[in-house]
Amino acid sequence: MFRFVIQRLLQGLVVLLVLYTLSFFLIKTLPGDAFTGERAISPEAVAVLKKRFGLDKNWVTQYGLRLKRLVVQQDLGVSPKKNREVALILRQSFPPSVLLGLNALLVACAIGIPLGILSAVRKNTWFDYAAMGFAMIGICVAAFIIGPLLQTQIAMRIPALKVAGWENPLDWILPAITLGLAPAAYLARLTRGGMLEILNQDFVRTARAKGVPPMKVITRHTLRGGLLPSVAFLGPAFATLISGSFVVETIFQIPGMGRHFIDATIDRDEFLLLGCVLYYGFLIVLLNLVADIIQAILNPRLRESL
Amino acid sequence: MSASPPKNIEKGTSLWKDAWLRLRRNKVALGSGVFLVIMVGLCFGLAWFTGHDPNQQSLTNKFAAPGDGHLLGTDQMGRDLFSRILFGGQISLLVGFVATAVAFVIGILYGAISGYVGGRLDALMMRIVDILYAIPFLVLVILLQEVLSSSAGDASEWLVKNWNFPEETTYRFANILPLFIAIGALGWLTLARITRSQVLSLKQQEFAQAAVSLGLKPMRILIRHIIPNTLGPAIVYVTLTIPSFIMYEATLSFLGLGIKAPNSSWGVLIKDGANYMETQPMLLILPGLFFTSTLFALNFLGDGLRDALDPQAAKD
Repeated sequence: MFRFVIQRLLQGLVVLLVLYTLSFFLIKTLPGDAFTGERAISPEAVAVLKKRFGLDKNWVTQYGLRLKRLVVQQDLGVSPKKNREVALILRQSFPPSVLLGLNALLVACAIGIPLGILSAVRKNTWFDYAAMGFAMIGICVAAFIIGPLLQTQIAMRIPALKVAGWENPLDWILPAITLGLAPAAYLARLTRGGMLEILNQDFVRTARAKGVPPMKVITRHTLRGGLLPSVAFLGPAFATLISGSFVVETIFQIPGMGRHFIDATIDRDEFLLLGCVLYYGFLIVLLNLVADIIQAILNPRLRESL
Repeated sequence: MSASPPKNIEKGTSLWKDAWLRLRRNKVALGSGVFLVIMVGLCFGLAWFTGHDPNQQSLTNKFAAPGDGHLLGTDQMGRDLFSRILFGGQISLLVGFVATAVAFVIGILYGAISGYVGGRLDALMMRIVDILYAIPFLVLVILLQEVLSSSAGDASEWLVKNWNFPEETTYRFANILPLFIAIGALGWLTLARITRSQVLSLKQQEFAQAAVSLGLKPMRILIRHIIPNTLGPAIVYVTLTIPSFIMYEATLSFLGLGIKAPNSSWGVLIKDGANYMETQPMLLILPGLFFTSTLFALNFLGDGLRDALDPQAAKD
């Protein structure tokens, strides 16, 4: 187990290094820079600014210098566009993004898992078909359709819910539903599949034959194994929720990282852009590791192979 | 004993024939297939015969109600919504199919080579896939798309100037192409894994060994004998990637990073519609309906194909 964690941590570092390198040079090849904005600046001034941000050296030197600064001082540089430290911007926009992701995950679990369990237990009944139909809707109806619909149909009718903004916990509800519906759908399908596989196994049949009450067969014998695929899905799903919430953050005007990422892409703010990408990468690596460890704890067979 | 075989012998069926039989019994999947054919027909056929130019503005006829010369009404600039939806559908569908084709070719070749060559190369190639897997997909697609767009813009300018390429068509093409490539170039990972595991088991089988002992060149064995046998699972996976790629395009366009005017796609139309949703909800709902129903059909068809080609998994 210990060896496994170390191994995965090292692998994660490699992933981050590759991500850094790849996005560094991709960003460098983007045309334009953060200084070509609305106001025209004289070429001399641009040269001075470039020197200040260390952009006058060649790419490889910049790559090395910034990597060193990142590793040694955990410094992501200063955003020329916003004139603030990238790390500070990210630290401020991180909580809304994570909160949104967590809430969405909560919505996904609250809808997806019960739906999956029930439709597995009531396989091939109207409930099963309805639940799987609903899951298909969740997969096919994009967040950028659900979001505006929720805004016009719900937020504008219930005074407590605002159309956009991020001030009090009530504002969390609609974005979380918008973002959580798709993973809820996948979760329902995965849970159903996982439960069905366990329900078909011999030990479940034995339990039933012994006269164990049906409810207990589900709770004691099936759930733990049946939920494994769903648990495996949760880690990566959470990572995608956090790193894929641009749309929802845009629709509901949430001051999270997604908005910064899109802005930085359009503004060619390379320091902020690279910072966002690395932050996303870091989160994904970390969450995948956590998911693997939780899986190993739940699944004894997996634990032994580690 | 040279008797001819008995006439009423049981005919063997091939995998594909079997699959077709099973698919034919799946009414939902079949209906989805028909729906998709109609949708493709609408977008790539009828689109030119609606009698309206999708970019023809008419500021005196903004937000016209459906009917009265405009089947689905007009948008915020008085453009015919129906023809905009059909032409937008062309690009949405194209992105789905072309990006999938790109991912398909890369994924199959990568996975097949990795699995067939084996050893250190295989280990290296699969580590690369592992690393790319851990990278936020949409983030990288956005970066790559931006980079490719700028070079495509430069290239088209050069082509128009020096080779007299038709201006509008070239610029339009230069706007779409980067999206195809960016999505396709990053969307092949799972496919490579599927193909590799297939190839690993296939190359141990007798027919592959026979090909080796006949002295065929490795490349020929791979392309003629191994890859065709990996296509079944690959096709199933691919039908399910088409809707997700269409979704990526729409997401990027919704964010203002993908398809740009004069091109349009379902994502662009939904984005425009969302701006007027309070007063003109139809501008959001109608393109959304076309978009969503197409995704529905593609997903149902994909599920149906999976069940047909892999009956073991369909037993539940």
